Amino acid sequence: MLRTKQNRWRTGLGLAMLLAVALLVNLPVSQAENVTLRFVAANHPFYDVIKPLLPEFEKQTGIKVRAENYEENQLTPKLTVEFTSNASTIDVFMTRPLQEGKLFSRNKWYEPLNRYINDRKKTPARWGWSDFPKSAVQAVTHQGSIGAVPIVTEWQVVFYRKDLFQQAKLKAPKTLEELEAAAAKLNNPAGEFYGIVSRGQRGAAVTQFSSYLYNFGGDFIKDGKCVIDSPEAVKAFKYYGKLLKNYGPPGVTNMSWPQAQALFASGKVAMWTDASVLIAGLLDEKSKVADKIGVALFPAGPAGNHPFMIVPWSLAIPAQSRNKEAAWKFVQWAASKEIAKKAQLAGLTMARNSVWTDKEVLAKIQPDLALTAKQTGPIATPYDRPLMTAVVEARDIIGDVIVKAIETGGNADIESLAKAAAKGVDALLDKAGEGK
Amino acid sequence: MNINRFVERNLRWIFPLPAATFIILMLVFPVLYTFYVSLTNWDMISSGAVSFVGLDNYLAMLKEPRFYNAIGLTFYFTLLAVGLETVFGVIIALILNREFRGKNLVKFILLLPLVATPVAIGLSWTLFYEPTIGLANYALKLLGIPGLKWLASNATVIPSLALVDIWQWTPMISLIVLAGLAGLPQDPYEAAIVDGARPLQVVRHITLPLLRPTILIAVALRSIDALKTFDIIYVMTSGGPGFASETLNIYAYSLSFGYFRFGAASASLVALFAIVLGCCVILLKMRKSQEL
Repeated sequence: MLRTKQNRWRTGLGLAMLLAVALLVNLPVSQAENVTLRFVAANHPFYDVIKPLLPEFEKQTGIKVRAENYEENQLTPKLTVEFTSNASTIDVFMTRPLQEGKLFSRNKWYEPLNRYINDRKKTPARWGWSDFPKSAVQAVTHQGSIGAVPIVTEWQVVFYRKDLFQQAKLKAPKTLEELEAAAAKLNNPAGEFYGIVSRGQRGAAVTQFSSYLYNFGGDFIKDGKCVIDSPEAVKAFKYYGKLLKNYGPPGVTNMSWPQAQALFASGKVAMWTDASVLIAGLLDEKSKVADKIGVALFPAGPAGNHPFMIVPWSLAIPAQSRNKEAAWKFVQWAASKEIAKKAQLAGLTMARNSVWTDKEVLAKIQPDLALTAKQTGPIATPYDRPLMTAVVEARDIIGDVIVKAIETGGNADIESLAKAAAKGVDALLDKAGEGK
Repeated sequence: MNINRFVERNLRWIFPLPAATFIILMLVFPVLYTFYVSLTNWDMISSGAVSFVGLDNYLAMLKEPRFYNAIGLTFYFTLLAVGLETVFGVIIALILNREFRGKNLVKFILLLPLVATPVAIGLSWTLFYEPTIGLANYALKLLGIPGLKWLASNATVIPSLALVDIWQWTPMISLIVLAGLAGLPQDPYEAAIVDGARPLQVVRHITLPLLRPTILIAVALRSIDALKTFDIIYVMTSGGPGFASETLNIYAYSLSFGYFRFGAASASLVALFAIVLGCCVILLKMRKSQEL
């Protein structure tokens, strides 16, 4: 993309000021035995797990790690600015394959990891690349080049209140019809209690709407064209809008997962559809409903059941890093079986097969959650958003249709809105040379 | 050797040099560079090299409904917030201009919102506004008024955000007006009392006209800031629900650090720059015309 010298010079000049601070701390390291790695992480439970373990790694290897972490919406711009300037000092970073994967591999910012993984001197066989599920490996591979190592996995589930379902003689919903019926039955706005919550905030809603879309038979992109204006997709928009407008809490169009989680944890809603990983916040000491939580497989729709199961986060080495060998040691350690087990015991869901058969883990993990993982695996869709370079803008365009559907309870002219949105996404696909 | 002589001969250049360098690096260069980028098709999405495209970004911007939406919301927010801040700010200043016990304590309390961190303010107000578990609706219910959706409906989101801005910045207007009040001449007041004017008449016909230049300066300063408000909106709604609170600055942020379309983002920032500059010029002209 920015290949010519002149462009590089210009880009560098423009971002030089932003990076003046970064450059001040950029002390070149050449001796292998005295390496300090700069690790840029996301505010994610995985970071909370490995942060206290970093001294262990430092003791084992003699490599020092300087870790910093950012909220995910700030992380991508931060990485982009650093990598664009060609003056990055980052050695290892957390990255979202579905969100940034295309953009970063297009700009050749990921160091291809194939030669590290396939080299027995660098990577012992027992580290177990084959322990990662196929779909997870696919998610981090672009045109044969492995850009990152998967760490966590997540899938969409229904969190529900077991106690209330028992009282109302309801079973966990198996179909979207049952989901709506249960939401209607438990909804009690006069008592400030609502049937269901799910994300309604413009861009954030798209990923949690995706399983609804697939189960109605819709999809985001097909053969290089955006198809969110298909009749099936329109039905999904209408259903989602009606469900949240009629049985959801007020203000749902401003809710991403933190707001929805807060409502569910404070005992104000009966059901919540979102990513499995968010169970941690429902089980902690602040939650009023920790002992009453059920987790169910995402309900089937008219077109069967294809909820998403994805790799939301992975670990990568920037092509610009000057400590790649040490960085690979760190990635290997952070994505090892041992760390995966520790993280899994801390309540995360990890992207390694071995943790799901480990007896100690199975004894401790929320039994419903483990079951949904098993059930979702074979039927899953491996993405929860349109796979494209301009994914952020596409999410805003599609998210706006979701917001309008919720505001009007699915009664707006969703067909034309979806058509306009599909056209907007098509333009972005064409711009990136990904359209047909 | 002859360095001292050289310095002495060129003192008038050498002394301002650090300040001038700083201003050129930190103010002039970024503005010019932004303008330059706005004339290119630089983004991270399309393949191919960056090239000069003239006014294409501006033409595309003028076809973009989100741009007009952002302009409208920017002015709506600014007029609402600055308008009410001015009214309340002047009233509070007039009250504080008399002597009473505990005056300094009141002044201190007034200053608190000014020094609070915008992000923290945004987060607290977001919780306060939450329709189901927030304090705002709880308070309304105690008064027997049905709860509002606050940040979560298109109709109330901008007024709710403006309320936060009003809470935070009204004291600043008060402080500037208080300073102005301290410097007013006493003669007109003595004349008015001799002529038997009532207190309200004194305020209307003497104080406010004399204060006009001060108030206009306060309004100018606040407007410049309000037009560019970013922090509280970004923290509280990120431009939502939908695009109902996407002001120009939030839109430019989306374009640059969300979509990585630096050319288009720079064009919208140049537009914002022009709007702020235009408003400044108008307000300062108004002030000039008031001065005799």
